[in-house]
Amino acid sequence: MSGLTVTGAVVRYGDVVAVGDVDLAVAPGEIVALLGASGSGKSSLLRGIAGLEPLVAGQVCWGDDDLTDVAVHKRGFGLMFQDGQLFNHLSVEGNVAYGLYREPKAVRRARVAELLAVVGLSGYGKRRVSELSGGQAQRVALARSLAPRPRLLLLDEPLSALDRNLREHMVGVLGDALRATGTTALYVTHDQDEAFALADRVGVMQAGRLLQVDPPDVLWREPESRAVAGFLGYGPFVAGELSQRLGGPGAAPNELVGIGPAALVPDPTGTALPVIEQRYQRGEVLVDVRLPDGQVGTVRTAEKVPNGDLALTLDPSGCVIVPVSH
Amino acid sequence: MTHSARQGWSLSWGFWAIAVLVPVSFLVVFFAWPVAGLISRGFVIDGVFSLDGLSAVLSSPRTWRIIGQTLALAVAGTLASVLLGVPGAYLLYRTRFRGRAFARALVSVPFVLPTVVVGVAFRSLFGASGPLGWLGLDESFAAIMLALVFFNYSVIVRTVGALWSRLDPRADEAARVLGASPVRVFCTVTLPAIAPAVLSGASLVFLFCATAFGIVMVMGGVGFGTIETEIWYQTTQLLDLPAAAALSIVQLVVVVAALLVAARARTRAEHALRLRGDDTTEQPWRAGRDLVPTLVTALVVLGLLGLPMINLVVRSFITADGWGWRNYALLAGTGEGSITVPVWTAALNSLTIAAQAAALAVLLGALVSLVASRRPRSRRLAGGVRLLDAVFMLPLGVSAVTVGFGFLITLNRPPFDLRSSPILIPIAQAVVALPLVVRTLLPVLRAIDPRQREAAASLGAPPGRVLATIDGALALRGLGLAVGFAFATSLGEFGATSFLARPDHPTLPVVIFRLIGRPGADNFGMALAASVVLAVLTAAVMAAAELVRPKEAEL
Repeated sequence: MSGLTVTGAVVRYGDVVAVGDVDLAVAPGEIVALLGASGSGKSSLLRGIAGLEPLVAGQVCWGDDDLTDVAVHKRGFGLMFQDGQLFNHLSVEGNVAYGLYREPKAVRRARVAELLAVVGLSGYGKRRVSELSGGQAQRVALARSLAPRPRLLLLDEPLSALDRNLREHMVGVLGDALRATGTTALYVTHDQDEAFALADRVGVMQAGRLLQVDPPDVLWREPESRAVAGFLGYGPFVAGELSQRLGGPGAAPNELVGIGPAALVPDPTGTALPVIEQRYQRGEVLVDVRLPDGQVGTVRTAEKVPNGDLALTLDPSGCVIVPVSH
Repeated sequence: MTHSARQGWSLSWGFWAIAVLVPVSFLVVFFAWPVAGLISRGFVIDGVFSLDGLSAVLSSPRTWRIIGQTLALAVAGTLASVLLGVPGAYLLYRTRFRGRAFARALVSVPFVLPTVVVGVAFRSLFGASGPLGWLGLDESFAAIMLALVFFNYSVIVRTVGALWSRLDPRADEAARVLGASPVRVFCTVTLPAIAPAVLSGASLVFLFCATAFGIVMVMGGVGFGTIETEIWYQTTQLLDLPAAAALSIVQLVVVVAALLVAARARTRAEHALRLRGDDTTEQPWRAGRDLVPTLVTALVVLGLLGLPMINLVVRSFITADGWGWRNYALLAGTGEGSITVPVWTAALNSLTIAAQAAALAVLLGALVSLVASRRPRSRRLAGGVRLLDAVFMLPLGVSAVTVGFGFLITLNRPPFDLRSSPILIPIAQAVVALPLVVRTLLPVLRAIDPRQREAAASLGAPPGRVLATIDGALALRGLGLAVGFAFATSLGEFGATSFLARPDHPTLPVVIFRLIGRPGADNFGMALAASVVLAVLTAAVMAAAELVRPKEAEL
């Protein structure tokens, strides 16, 4: 067994169970993203793996080494925080060099220069941390955590403090840096686009449990549960009979059809359903219609449609079939 | 648990055990024991436990007059400091104008001035020959109260200002938008928000006023006394230890009550407010809005703070034959036998002793602050850390006189026969300065985001390196100030030193007190000149402390 293995991990804050019995493996060189809403326990799991929160039960191993009781600084894991947590009393290069103190000075200098180049901040070494913009600060934080060549880099929502445009740009910077350095990484985020863009595999967490871990395309096409499908953006969930009536796939009685975000399409030959509301979003019109079972479905169109009924059909390729949850 | 992890634990436990045990032992031997020793003298008469001493003191009308005077002085001094300090806090921390940094520095000077100097300055202002002598306030309640306000004004300005400057202004804006007038906004939104800081500052000021010794000794004359000066009087003049011990207990009750109020107010201040992190929310100065606070503050700075000090300096140059350096030239002598050593020798004594005291106080204070800034996961340990923090605030409240006299009667026999040891005064002064050092360093360490330490650990730094490069590097910023405070406090310390200083080895405050108590124009002139010297030394120390700020750390 090589890479990270987490077995039966439990993290508790007082009586609150933040992480309940999680198993997870990350292979060397792999980037795994953990996706979940706030309070789902993903950050607690990350802190547990880093050694910042004690595990009430379970194990954290790297290869054959049991790290469960090893102190944070001896694990050889790096951690990047949401707000960077740069050391304000040090310069940019002082920050990046922080984890390299055992190296000779020449090695340190070379490594700092190399890492600043990787994150696109060559020549920023002498700057004060307080002079950096939010995006630059996060790049320095990334360089700092990569500098000691951690065998695993843990990233705790590293981009969520940035605004959307910068975030999309930084996803690219981050992915390039991780792959250029061949870093094994566990990436926690609540942003699906970030997770899918960066990760080799994506895990979905809810209420302290890890529901499913799979490559992005598999996760998207074959969510194992209604919770995962719902988190990814599928919904509403309808019975097989109704789905077939609209032109979609059928499903067994103990299964439901999850309607994907683009699965309902206007079709003059399809079923007419009453329009409830229409609104613009990024150049498209989202039209809410009332499904025969009373739920609300959303259709994307280029233009606003007349009020009244809209004829539409359900595209089977945009739907998933999940078991009825208990 | 793996072997290496266990070893790491025991190493860091060893460090923390030392960091707790060394300061605690110091406090027990050099504070708790002497104080307990003095108090127990009050209850043990001829080897038998007895409450006679306490009841005799508490049934004497003199005692109640003294207690009444102490409380009246403390309440009046606190109220005046708050009424004048809140507008000052607004002006200096909430508005922006040219020269504000200078104004802030100016306002903070009085707090570090030695009490004896302040007493002499006010006496030379209100005394019969002083420029305000016609008011007839010499040795009066009002004059002493003004001197206490002089001393404590900056405490309110700084405590309230520090919070006010970070208060989220959007609450005020929300109230304005809802139709509230500026006055209504201040009363219903701003005042409740800064109230915890006002309370916290006020209880500190109350504490300082209720335990004032040097100022009352110099300014009080025969008719006026506080619990503190009464303890001194009963022990040194009447040798009535039971009475002094009983008064110490009364003092302790007052102090503990004030500290409890301060602690509660602080807790609320830390939890309930929406602050804007490090961002200040100050606004440019506007005549229409800021006129009243500006006038009040200008009056305080020029009249109350400026006038006594300027008068002191000016009068130190007035001699029998007009202007000149004569008073300063006299400092090389002993004032025809009024004092035992030349003033310059006493000044040198003061500097040496203060340097030793400051070193001791900063070393111990740094250890206490390090421990008290931890946030252990275990509830019991967290309680221990809070207790440690509280315990090291005690010397702030227990009278320095009690400490000094306690030293004399407990540290005079084995195992600690230090009666004739020159280290006794620095130790006593370190006890007095320790709370100030902790109060300076602890907020700096507490302000460190715990995730900074986590980030360092995740970069492979062992606990020792985290301590040195995160806590240590940031504490350095407060260290200059802490050294300055400790040094300045020790330079001016009078309460404990007045008991412990040997006649042939007096400190500058002791010499000044002796000079001001002797008749004769030369003695008075020397007291003025020596006060200026002591004030300049203190100011120089604080200025140097402000200048020694660490530069940006390099690779």
